[in-house]
Amino acid sequence: MNTFNALISASNVSVFKHQKSILKNIDIQINKNDFITIIGPNGAGKTMLLKCLMGFYKPNFGEIQKKDKLKIGYMPQSINVINTMPMTVKNFITVRKKYDDISFEQVISEVDIRQLVDKQLSVLSGGEMQRVLLARSLLNNPDLLVLDEPAQNLDISGQLSFYKLIQEIYSKRDISILMVSHDLHLVMVSTKKVLCLSNHICCSGKPQQVAQDPEFISMFGKDMANMMAVYQHTNNPSHSDSNFFIGDKNN
Amino acid sequence: MIAIFLLETKITDPFILRGILAGIAVALISGLVGCFVVWRRMSYYGESIAHSSLLGVGLGILLGTGINFGIIVVCLIFGILFLWLQQNKILSTDTLLGVLAHLALSIGIIVISLNRIKIDIHAFLFGDILTVSSYDLWWMYLGVILVIILVSINWSSLLLVTIDEDLARAEGISPIYINLLLTTVLTIVVAVSLQIIGLLLITAMLIIPAATSRRLAGSPQQMALFATLIGIFSVILGIFLSVEVDAPSGPSIVIVSATLFFLSYLFGLIKKD
Repeated sequence: MNTFNALISASNVSVFKHQKSILKNIDIQINKNDFITIIGPNGAGKTMLLKCLMGFYKPNFGEIQKKDKLKIGYMPQSINVINTMPMTVKNFITVRKKYDDISFEQVISEVDIRQLVDKQLSVLSGGEMQRVLLARSLLNNPDLLVLDEPAQNLDISGQLSFYKLIQEIYSKRDISILMVSHDLHLVMVSTKKVLCLSNHICCSGKPQQVAQDPEFISMFGKDMANMMAVYQHTNNPSHSDSNFFIGDKNN
Repeated sequence: MIAIFLLETKITDPFILRGILAGIAVALISGLVGCFVVWRRMSYYGESIAHSSLLGVGLGILLGTGINFGIIVVCLIFGILFLWLQQNKILSTDTLLGVLAHLALSIGIIVISLNRIKIDIHAFLFGDILTVSSYDLWWMYLGVILVIILVSINWSSLLLVTIDEDLARAEGISPIYINLLLTTVLTIVVAVSLQIIGLLLITAMLIIPAATSRRLAGSPQQMALFATLIGIFSVILGIFLSVEVDAPSGPSIVIVSATLFFLSYLFGLIKKD
């Protein structure tokens, strides 16, 4: 894996704000068909790292290279729905997008929001809104999907079904995923690589490696590490085939 | 019938005709831009730009550049200064605007009170159709065309930035560019509206038609269209009202559009039941 093939490659990225170090010497490479999950405590710089990688925040130091004509689909944690603005779901998904009816139909059936397209944004539930945001990020067939704590505002069953949907999209589409998530026990099955961030990269690697890393255990505690191991154990059998395949695609 | 006859005779009066044409110019852009003011909660920003316009009037006359040029330059400088100061977020937006708007208004009043300027401040505060000349009308419609072009070209970017700035950034739109664009169109709206509506009431023309339209519309485009139509209806009726009772045009127009607002509210309540 060299830099040339990477979708995004960041080297030695540092960000300071008000004399405080937000990101320190970050090296990260996102390759084709990667599924990277970034975890870390509050204020660890996770969102800032996403912003730098997507190119809408310029780091103080370091370099970020993007592949030519890289298409990024971005799904924010949430949006503030403006009640004073009348807007249907279809209107929102397609605003400022070049699209054709076939790809629109494909996306709405993929995330299962056909029954929502004519509804106003203001009446959607939290889970529906997340699916709509996901649909919007998928509409222009992105090479890379960037998700910032996508299931933060959902209840537990909502989280489960949302991550299942992400897993489906990842296995069906030729796509890379970069995600910030706290729900590590839920994304363990899908993610190929975990990157543990606390202003600097504490540890990174396959989920099971990271779970055993002393830095990870000191940050999230032994319970979290054990929980991850349990989830992996119980979930692996049903997914093992696809999981191994995905895990080995690039190695 | 008598009322209609009176209106028919009055519309041929050149002063009233110019007033109505100027009013329609205002409505054509205040509804469109007003929607963004409502969506983005920028009413105080609009109000502040309107306040700073008095300084533009004073300087325009003092330096002999004409009031339109004076307003555009001063309001743009005000808007850019505000956007720049807003970057460091020590003070909240409304506090910062409260400082800048009243400073600009105070300097404006002092400049106008200088002996060399003899204008009717009342007309600029509340609007007066008698001040509109044919020359002014040309300027106004130039402004109208400019605003409509700027907003139409950037319509979807404006919408996306309004919905979510990060979403817009991820799709390659710079929110700073959009803020500058909105400042520019607001400035033009203020310049176009000043003579008819008056600087104290410009915000009302931005907000009331858009707020009335909200209840009727199903999409952003519809809301802008209905706001424009409601605005046009309000200025025409308001100007006739002001001529009839010999009142300033600004307040008359605002009373008509606010009446429509409450009517639509009542209508909504009845429809619900």
